Amino acid sequence: MSQISYEQAKKDVFRGFWLLFIITIIEVVISLFGKGWLGIPVHKIWWLYGIAALVIIGLSIYKANYIIMEFMHLGHEVKGLKFSVLLPTALLIWAIIAFFQEGDSWKNRRELIKSKNAIQVDEASQKTDDALDLRD
Amino acid sequence: MATGTTLVEKDLHHSEHHEHHIEEGWDGGDKKPFAASYGKLMMWYFLLSDAFTFAGFLIAYGALRFSMPTWPVADAVFSTAPLGIHNLFPGGKAPLIFVTFMSFLLIVSSVTMVRAVQEGRRENKQGVVFWMVLTIIGGIGFLSCQAWEWANLIGEEHMSVTTNPFGTHRFDGVYLDDEHGHPYKDGEVRETFEAGETYLIHKEEGEWLQRRYVTNEGVEGKQSFGPFQFGALFFFITGFHGFHVFSGIVFLIIIALNAGSGLYVERRNGYEMVEKIGLYWHFVDLVWVFVFLVFYLL
Repeated sequence: MSQISYEQAKKDVFRGFWLLFIITIIEVVISLFGKGWLGIPVHKIWWLYGIAALVIIGLSIYKANYIIMEFMHLGHEVKGLKFSVLLPTALLIWAIIAFFQEGDSWKNRRELIKSKNAIQVDEASQKTDDALDLRD
Repeated sequence: MATGTTLVEKDLHHSEHHEHHIEEGWDGGDKKPFAASYGKLMMWYFLLSDAFTFAGFLIAYGALRFSMPTWPVADAVFSTAPLGIHNLFPGGKAPLIFVTFMSFLLIVSSVTMVRAVQEGRRENKQGVVFWMVLTIIGGIGFLSCQAWEWANLIGEEHMSVTTNPFGTHRFDGVYLDDEHGHPYKDGEVRETFEAGETYLIHKEEGEWLQRRYVTNEGVEGKQSFGPFQFGALFFFITGFHGFHVFSGIVFLIIIALNAGSGLYVERRNGYEMVEKIGLYWHFVDLVWVFVFLVFYLL
């Protein structure tokens, strides 16, 4: 804070407020647009829905970055402090990829088991299925 | 004021004996790692660990959502507002309006917190207390809104950690008449639905009213419950965040009282305690950015 004047700092805060305020409104509008609330059935057009989701995610990350760097002042701290806080969060990138992949795989396996169970078989193997309690 | 003076005197007395221990906190030299005080640095690392906790919850939400064939659409679930405000919107639904208002409350309280920290750096006691009080009001406002949201979900819509009455259609179809068991005749209003549409199973006198329907392929069925994980994750994650807000308010009140009593004037360190609780408070706002994104926007 020593580099910039008190008046300037005060101005920056309210600039930050309007920034976060407007971005939040834009996010909500895009979200409603993406869910088909604004008259256009966007949720049925998968690529448009995907773009809307990506834009919202991007805006949220921008908001988060602004809060961390300006409100929490991390952008004005020593480099070492900055990176010792920010770099570990990079681990989350892999966590997101891995766990979402995992969740998708659970769904596929459940559906596979369901479809296999739906296949009609003779009574003998049906009994085996029951004994093994394979049905969902 | 009498007790305040005693506190200050005690503090001064204390610092005579351990001058380099007070606020500096580091043993073994004047050079501070990363040019930050011990308390501030530890607050940052606490927040980092807390960020991983929240990230774990939100990633679990994502994984479970991906593992379900359907998931309630947030816009349909969160479309009510207090005092019947949602009735002013077309169709009697105000998707995400109330929760957007909650976000604003948290943003505003974050902004007032920045102002409190700035006034602290100028050693302006009155300014610090003024902006901290506004911050506390914003925080209490947010918690009150969340209390209403929870009460509405639990009391009116009967969602719990084990039951989620918000189901989602997987196919296009039409609802059946409860009495006759066939779709409304031509000329009358046919209540159709589309795949991906979220419905709420109503509960009357302890009975769930699962409406019957027939899909366009001719398969009959009745409304099924949504994945219970939706409710469990909602109450758990927003509850955990709400608890952070609550404890933040408690600490804000304590530090505002300390600031008002003149304790930090004596410390002459630019109201560092205010800066530290400020970091925590901004973090609560930061987490809300992602809870808002994951639960409501996507």
